[in-house]
Amino acid sequence: MSGSAQPAAVRLPRPAFRPRLGSALLSRGIVVTWLSVMVLIPLAAVVFRSFEDGFGSFWDYATNPQALDALRLTVLAALAVTAINVVAGTAIAWVLVRDDFPGKKLINSMIDLPFALPTIVAGITLLALYGNDSPVGITVAYTVAGVIMALLFVTLPFVVRAVQPTLIELDRDMEEAAASLGASRFTIFRRIVLPNLRPAILAGAALAFARAIGEFGSLILLSGNIPGKTEVASVFIFGQIESGNTTGAAAVSVVLLAISLAILVALGAVARRGEAI
Amino acid sequence: MEASAFPISGEEQGLEKRPKDKRPKGPLDGGSKWARWALRYSVLFYLAALLIIPVIMIFVRTFEDGFIESFDAVTSEAGLHALKLTIITVLIAVPINTVFGVLTALVLVRQKFRGKAFLNALIDIPFAISPVVIGLALILLYGPRDGFVGEWFFEQGIQIIFSTPGIVLACIFVSLPFVVREVVPVLREIGDEQEQAATTLGAGPWQTFWRVTLPSIRWGVTYGVVLSTARVLGEFGAVSVVSGRISGQTETLPLFVRKQFEVFNQGGGYAAAMVLAALALLTLLLMNLINKKEERV
Repeated sequence: MSGSAQPAAVRLPRPAFRPRLGSALLSRGIVVTWLSVMVLIPLAAVVFRSFEDGFGSFWDYATNPQALDALRLTVLAALAVTAINVVAGTAIAWVLVRDDFPGKKLINSMIDLPFALPTIVAGITLLALYGNDSPVGITVAYTVAGVIMALLFVTLPFVVRAVQPTLIELDRDMEEAAASLGASRFTIFRRIVLPNLRPAILAGAALAFARAIGEFGSLILLSGNIPGKTEVASVFIFGQIESGNTTGAAAVSVVLLAISLAILVALGAVARRGEAI
Repeated sequence: MEASAFPISGEEQGLEKRPKDKRPKGPLDGGSKWARWALRYSVLFYLAALLIIPVIMIFVRTFEDGFIESFDAVTSEAGLHALKLTIITVLIAVPINTVFGVLTALVLVRQKFRGKAFLNALIDIPFAISPVVIGLALILLYGPRDGFVGEWFFEQGIQIIFSTPGIVLACIFVSLPFVVREVVPVLREIGDEQEQAATTLGAGPWQTFWRVTLPSIRWGVTYGVVLSTARVLGEFGAVSVVSGRISGQTETLPLFVRKQFEVFNQGGGYAAAMVLAALALLTLLLMNLINKKEERV
């Protein structure tokens, strides 16, 4: 502890400072138990139940036509929504950082609204404007367009909030250097700005995709849940639970879980690469 | 040591989160006015069509059918019970998540041990999986008939699924990451020099926590609490599965909203949705206030 006297910048080597090993072990034990009981064991129960009757039965449940339809729609809709979010989210972040207009602050704080709004309310807001008695004459209720719209609503903040801080910190000298060397505005955006934003865009996109894959509340009223047409995986799982087929529900859940985990791992890899740069 | 007093250290390193409004003109800022306007108004149109006008429509629809008639549903016995159950759930789930969230963040930032990366990944899982799957997981574990430990609880006369404990468990699960994720970066940023100083001066672990650590992470904790509260207030999928949706018994406000639409009492549904939307707007306001506070500190 001799180094702790004055210089502020000196970081003490951590092992030198261990005043309360006992309480450290205790708190670690509590945290590990807490997360195991709350998250790990419940999820293990789902995996266990899905394979209870053997792999063959798992496969039958996961690949029955209605389940496959629901999974296909879920993944395709999530991909489409992620793609739209990448473009729209980056554009929104760009306008919020680089543009200036009255009311910008208000718009900026509205972006978080989908995070604060209950999902069932999110579905109802869209139903109120684009439902069967739509005041603007556009009806998306009970269609795939409605599914996409609900998913766009609930995933709106992810890419915007990921890109915004990076864009704020982006050094404009690079852009100016490129401009002085004769690059066109499009070239500057494509060759200078976009590569710098890529890690943030990817991180936001992965979060949006994971969210879209599992979304339930906003779709339940808006999508109509027509099997084979507008029924997404989470709604299908819900139906299976309601009709008492928890094993079938668990099988499709495991497939969804696997997709989500793949996304989390990819997200981790992207984030780590972002830090390394 | 005094120079590196924690709250400023982020700004010193140029890590400030908020936009600063000094904007030198870059090559992409000037140029064609038309391109800028086109982009600005496409973005505003997108946000208006997807987000802003739909949210306003909830308020319009509530008042359309007569405010009083619409609110009859909210003030009915089932409506008030739903509101009460929602508040009870928030009052149990959020404090539990706050205490364990802060503890988890402390362990993740201040300790090194094997399996930490796994623990870290585990915390994000509630964000990455469907709320319906979360509900299913709880049923498979605590369900009275086919749950792995539910039967034992059932024999003890404790009902978890289709009852308030199940709803609370579901809400704790879905909102588990918020406090952790808000507190971890703050703890990283402030470092542990101050805690070490306190300990060197003879403070016990509790004293150090209450006097040194907690004051410096308080805005992070508050932000996490606000986010958790919003999520618990509005949780639908997981609660839908575990609650059994018994009107007047296990129906929370979001479930009540859906029920109103299913029985074609749209006015009542919109009114209850408006209550939730108003709470969400309040949350948003709090989030902005906290952000401003954080900046000023």
